[in-house]
Order: sequence, then structure tokens, then C-alpha cells
Amino acid sequence: MADDNKKQKPLATGDRTIPPAGAKMIAIYIMGREYMVPETLTIMKAIEYAGYQYVRGCGCRGGICGACGTFYRFTGDYKLRSGLACQTVAEPGMIIMQLPFFPANRPDYKLENMQGTPHEELRKLYPEVFKCVGCGTCSRTCPMDIDVMDYIALMKRGDLKGAAIKSFDCVMCGLCASRCPAQISQFTAAMFVRRVYGKHILPKAEHLKKRVEEIKSGKYEKLLKELEGMKQEDVKKLYVEREREPDLAEPGKWMPKDTSKL
Amino acid sequence: MSGYTPELKELIKKVEATRPARVEKARRGEHFPALTMDERKKWLDNYHPDFKEEGRRAVAVGPNIGTIMPEEVAFALESTSRLDTKKINLSKADYETDLLVIGAGGAGTAAALAAADKGLKVIISNKLRHGDSNTVMAEGGIQAADQESDSPYYHYLDVIGGGHFSNRPELVAAMANDAPLIIHWLEDLGMMFDKHADGRMVVRHGGGTSRKRMHSAGDMTGAEIMRVLRDEAKNRAESIKVLEFSPAVELLLDEKGAACGAVLYNLETKEYYIVRSKAVVIATGGFGRLHIQGFPTTNHYGATADGIVIAYRAGAALEDIESTQYHPTGAIYPEQNVGLLITEKVRGLGAQLLNIDGEQFCFPLEPRDVESACIIRECTDISKGVITPTGRFGVWLDSPMIDLLHGEGTIKKELPAKYIQFKRYHIDISKEPMLLYPTLHYQNGGIKIDANGRSAIDGLYAAGEVTGGVHGRNRLMGNSLLDILVFGRRAGLNAAEAAKTKSNTGKLSLAHVDKFSAELKKAGVKNPSVGPILLPDYAPEHVKTRQWG
Ligand SMILES: Cc1cc2nc3c(=O)[nH]c(=O)nc-3n(C[C@H](O)[C@H](O)[C@H](O)COP(=O)(O)OP(=O)(O)OC[C@H]3O[C@@H](n4cnc5c(N)ncnc54)[C@H](O)[C@@H]3O)c2cc1C
Ligand code: SF4
Ligand code: SF4
Ligand code: FES
Repeated sequence: MADDNKKQKPLATGDRTIPPAGAKMIAIYIMGREYMVPETLTIMKAIEYAGYQYVRGCGCRGGICGACGTFYRFTGDYKLRSGLACQTVAEPGMIIMQLPFFPANRPDYKLENMQGTPHEELRKLYPEVFKCVGCGTCSRTCPMDIDVMDYIALMKRGDLKGAAIKSFDCVMCGLCASRCPAQISQFTAAMFVRRVYGKHILPKAEHLKKRVEEIKSGKYEKLLKELEGMKQEDVKKLYVEREREPDLAEPGKWMPKDTSKL
Repeated sequence: MSGYTPELKELIKKVEATRPARVEKARRGEHFPALTMDERKKWLDNYHPDFKEEGRRAVAVGPNIGTIMPEEVAFALESTSRLDTKKINLSKADYETDLLVIGAGGAGTAAALAAADKGLKVIISNKLRHGDSNTVMAEGGIQAADQESDSPYYHYLDVIGGGHFSNRPELVAAMANDAPLIIHWLEDLGMMFDKHADGRMVVRHGGGTSRKRMHSAGDMTGAEIMRVLRDEAKNRAESIKVLEFSPAVELLLDEKGAACGAVLYNLETKEYYIVRSKAVVIATGGFGRLHIQGFPTTNHYGATADGIVIAYRAGAALEDIESTQYHPTGAIYPEQNVGLLITEKVRGLGAQLLNIDGEQFCFPLEPRDVESACIIRECTDISKGVITPTGRFGVWLDSPMIDLLHGEGTIKKELPAKYIQFKRYHIDISKEPMLLYPTLHYQNGGIKIDANGRSAIDGLYAAGEVTGGVHGRNRLMGNSLLDILVFGRRAGLNAAEAAKTKSNTGKLSLAHVDKFSAELKKAGVKNPSVGPILLPDYAPEHVKTRQWG
């Protein structure tokens, strides 16, 4: 079987587009050049159908890594639109340009020992945030439908919790920053704010701290060693007999009958 | 307006008809019965793609010679180098560092941070941008036994039971033990975990858990972990240097056979670089983009098995490589969402799987392989699957139950990304069910390591999806994000320890590559492909046939 590896079926059949018989073809313009592709494909799959192999501009293919930010217009329409290439369906007459990279301002910082309040620190690192002119272009551009201008406004006001939560869905594609007349890198400032919020503002989990101490004191080592050394049959028995916490149990309230292994 | 065709809308009526009674039962805590251990085995043997003979064969060379595995994997392992070893000049390194990390997903970044903490200089090679990885795609959550009713003991049992007792015990124990330390580390780095008002972690059940221990950050848990780790790595630029679009294509060994660097390939300038280091961590993730048996995949673009290919060539043994995880619930409709993962959280919140008649056919939180087998069985043998307009099979996932069980707006709040992804194609998943079928999700096996992340090759460490043994032949949700960070950190710390006492002066060699080529020839492998493949090629046939030249 291993005789002639070239006879193997080609790799990667699972994502190659094989349009069904009678599929309708549409014209799109990849960086201005016309290609005919079957309708209903995402921009990313349409570009691959045209014959491109991505090096940049493609990461997760699932709308979360932000590698595939894209600008496009329709022929005959002045409006500039934006989206993620892996999430936006290609439509007839689209003129497409991906933006695989955009330089962003991102000053280094020390999360551990910040000098002033988080808000002061933000002002020091990102003074430009406070010069937002409120044009709203970023919010109109964001492919994740985030109200970017609003989280910038919350930052200015010192509501870092609000800004952290509002910006949470950001995939860091950089499209907002590419259009900002005040030259703000909104998404890097938001990253800073989220970490500051997670570290210094969100309350800490006390049960976690306690468990960490227990682990560091070696509390579970013996129990785990016992399990490691056990015969499979005995582990199976323990597995089958273990109690299941009820789905609707209240947080931190339910306790199993056998507490000797906790 | 609905994104479903009139035919599918007609079928949805059957789901709606059985819904009120199902919701009532769920409220009373009544479940569709789970399979017994014997039934699980029977279902797996008959319906899981891993257990069928077709599409699998023995690998012809290398440390695991004779192991039966998916033929796509055997084919990749039997590939030859893209380097002309005669031409390449190894006398001078382009980069010198203490630690080279190959792959900048969660595992690689965790290893780099751990080593930097110990004062090492680190270079990270990545094929795509830093963080473009499977890690960003993880939505559901990360497990750790940090609640009062839970302990690493129960976490251990759940992991090893979920893996059908095929996991390596020392690795499971290491993971269960370190889990709360990892969550604490992430909390300390400023990760935005879902928390109650008093700071208590919000935790949920996942498939095969006995305690609620799934931690999350909205439905972007992996993305949040990745961006926090990447951000921290950027803050440490003085000790961590990241080389993007420069994948490793070959490991370098010294005259004693110890790993001491790698050859990187700049995808844009097509240059090769020699990196010399005291130790190497491989963290290149999985192989979803090999599209085993033609299945679609949930994996990111760079998941092409590179790490196992180069490590295998250098003589590292693999473990459990015959085993692949199909996620039971990949979207199959609309066509744009094919392969898209529907997290287990949807079932964790109470949505049920239903056949074409709107009837339940399995316990919604079986281990993944069992759940996949149940769905494949329902669609093939039982013929109660729904057929989509493009000829794909599937079953319903009754998401509207979630709002009925937990209150209006729960879906939008708990699953915002999923909600948007379907809304885009005019399907409101809080009102209409989704269509699903198993999809290629996770590389269960990989490079064999010990509890410190050490491989069989001196100086070579591995962590994350590229390794095997942690999850055995089946992984439960939420243990992979954990695995990559536990073993990423362990690999980084141990490599740092080892690097401290090591000089960086061994003679760089690619002799293992020549040796492997000779073995291929001897084994009679004709026309081997060139590997690692680095990037998948999705150009359609009509284009490929015109790529003459
Ligand atoms: C859609 C999806 C959902 C998931 N959900 C969950 C979940 O809820 N909970 C959970 O625990 N797990 C989940 N998983 C699994 C988990 O996310 C992955 O197994 C894990 O993140 C893998 O991490 P890693 O660091 O090992 O690999 P990756 O994160 O994939 O990182 C590997 C990196 O190496 C790079 N690389 C590849 N080849 C080379 C090369 N030759 N040279 C240099 N770099 C290279 C890749 O491009 C990538 O950047 C999910 C996976 C997917 C795909
Ligand atoms: S906020 Fe900016 S960087 Fe973030 S997703 Fe929106 S446009 Fe992209
Ligand atoms: S684009 Fe820039 S200036 Fe305009 S609202 Fe957004 S942040 Fe402010
Ligand atoms: S490829 Fe990751 S968001 Fe599109």
C-alpha cells in the first residue's frame, strides 16, 4: 500500500469547493481583477476558488483570529464596506482588498506594578485615545459590530469596566485603526484595558486561591499517586460509581456524599 | 425571513411539536438515558471512523513502523524533506538563542513565557501570525477542579474515564494537579473569566464531567487566553523574539543526537534560516487540515501535522497517533458554516439532539466519540437524518430550548458569537434549531512525552495538541486548553532548567534527514511527497490543471 504515495488521494479535499451541478457563477474583482466564482461562497473561499493560496490574510477561517479583515465596494456604489473574508459572503460586483496587516501603536507596560490608577496609566500609554473626534468611522467599520467609538468614549471617561466589556468581542483585525482620523489604535488600547480590568478591577476568586495553596502544599499528590498505580478495573469502578453534581446545583453550595477525596 | 428552505422549515415543525414535552421533562431533571459501558463500545466499534478498516494503513518507516493509522497521516509521515541537505550550510547560525519554541499557539506561548520567567532568551517560530492557531478557536472553556465540591481526584477520574482508560496515568495526574495553578496564572495575567459578583468562577458541566468545572470567558475562552498570553509575550520583547511566517521545516541535531535548533523557512522571501538553541519545544498543534477521510474540519489553516512530521523524521516516537477526534456537532447548514464548531456548551445549557422526526436518540453529554458514533448511526443505519440541499446528512440541535429553560435572552448572552454567525445567514438560533454532523476536530495522539514534556530525543520537548497520551483515545471538552498550558509551562520550565547547564556549541547536523530518506527508499516508498506541507492547497481542479510550468 505504501508503494506509491503519489497515487494517494490528494490532501485537503474537505475544504476545497466543489460547486454542485448548475451552480450560479458571479463576477467578483480581487484587487480589481475579475474572477468568476460560484455564488454563496465566503470571500475567503471565493479567493481560493479563483486559484490563490493564502500565506497572509488567513488564520482560523472561523471568524475569531482577525487575520482576514477586508475592505470592499460594489461596482457603481460609493460606499466603502468592511468585513472578515472568512465570514462575509461574496456577492456579484464586489471589489475586494484584504488588509492582512496594519501597523498599530502598542506601548509595552508592566501589569504588575502600575504607577498610578488604571485611568492615569491609560492616559500615559495612549494619550491619543483622549483626542478621539467622535466621527464614528470605527464603529461603522468594525466587522464584529462593536461600537468602537463608544468603548473609546468609556475609556476617556474612566469607565474601564464598561470599556473592557464593550470591547470584549474584538478580534484585533485592525480595521478600525486603519480608518481613524485621530490615528488611534483602538484595539491595542482595548487590550490593555481588558487586562487591567481582569487583573485589578474584577474581584479575585477566593476558592481558587485556597485550592492553589492546597496544591502547592502537596495535598493531592498521594491521592493522585494512588490512582496512577491502580489497576484499570478498580479505576473503572471508581469512575462508574462517581457522583454527578446536579445540573441546577447552586454555585458553591452542593457537596457530594463522600467528601474524603476533596 | 428564515435562512432555511421551505422543505427544511416543514421539518422544523416536527421539532417544534415535540419541544414542549421535552422542555417539561428537562425541567424535572429527566434525561434520555446514557449508554452503558458495553453499549458505548458497540456503538464505537460499528460507527466511529477510527474503528473502520477502510482509509487506514500501516506506516512503512520510522519509530512507529507498522502502526495502523489514517492513511493521510501515514502519507505525511512518509514524506521527504524540502531541503537539499547537500546544499545547506550549517557552519553558521542566523540566530542563536537559549530556547527555540516552534509554534505560537497557546502551548508555545506558555512555554516561552515560562522559560522567559527563568531568565532564558527565547525565539518563537510561527507559520502564521503569533496566535493564529487552534487555541483562538476554542470557545467552550477550560477545566480545573477549584470548587469546594471538586478535587484533582475527580478531575483525574473524569479524564481517564472519558479517554476509555487509554490515557497515560502520569500525564493525567500532572494535568489534574496543575489545573488550578493554570487558572490562577491566567487570572493573575488579567484574563477576563466569567465570574459571579463576589469573584467566584462561573463553572459548568461539559461532556463526561462529574463536577461543574468548565471555566469560560464568554464563548471566546481560547481567544481570550491567546490574546492575553500574546500580549504578555509582547511586553517581554527583550527576552522573547517572535518570527512570524517562518515555519520550522526540519529539526537540527548535534553529533550526540540531541536537539539543538531548527531550519526555518521564510514563506515570503523563500529563504531558509538556521537557528541554534540549547533546547527546542515543539508546539505546532494538530492535523485537522489533512482532512482525514475527506471530513471537513474545525481547525485553523495551519493545522497540517508539521510538528509530528519533523519530529518523527528526527526519531521521536508517537503515541495514540491512530486516534482522531471527530467533534459530534459541526455545522452542516448553511454551506458557509460547514465545519464550524457548535460548542458543547449549547448542549450543556440544555439543547437536545433530535432526528428527522424531532425525537431524541441519545444522552446529549456522552463523551465525544460516543456522541459522534450516535449521530453517524442515526443518519446511516437508522436513516433518520435530515438531508440538506447540498446533499449533506445531519441531525437537529434544538437550541431554542435554552431560552425556554433559562429565560429569554440566554442564548444571546451566553453564545453571542454563535448567535451572530447564524443570524448572518438569517437563522435565529434562539428560535430555530441548527443542523449538525460530526466534524474532524482534534489530533488525539502525537509526540510521546513524559510529565515534564520531554520527548525521546534529548533536548527536545513537546507540548499541546502535537503530543499524545494525555487524553488517550478521546478528549473531553475543556481539557485541551488546559493540557496545552500545563504541559507548555512544564516544557518551558524543564527546558530552562536543562538549558542552564548546557553549552550551545554542538555541531549542527541534518544527518537524520538523510538517514530517513534512505529508510524510505529501503521500505520501497516510491514518490514520497514533500513535507511538512505547511499550507493546505484549496485551488480547484480546473485551476490546478492549468498550473503547467
Ligand atoms: C474550533 C475549536 C474549538 C475548540 N474548543 C475547545 C474548548 O472549548 N476547550 C478546549 O479545551 N479545547 C478546545 N479546542 C482544542 C484546543 O483549542 C486545541 O487543541 C489547542 O488550543 C491546541 O493548542 P496548541 O498550542 O497545541 O496548538 P495551536 O493553538 O494550534 O498552535 C499551534 C501553532 O503552531 C503553528 N505551526 C504549525 N506548523 C508550524 C511550523 N511548521 N512551524 C512553526 N509554527 C507552526 C500554527 O500555525 C499555530 O499557530 C478547540 C479546537 C478547535 C479547533
Ligand atoms: S474593534 Fe477594531 S480591531 Fe476589534 S474587531 Fe472591531 S474593527 Fe477589528
Ligand atoms: S474613528 Fe477614531 S476619531 Fe473616529 S470615533 Fe473612532 S476612535 Fe474616535
Ligand atoms: S481567518 Fe480568522 S477571522 Fe477570518
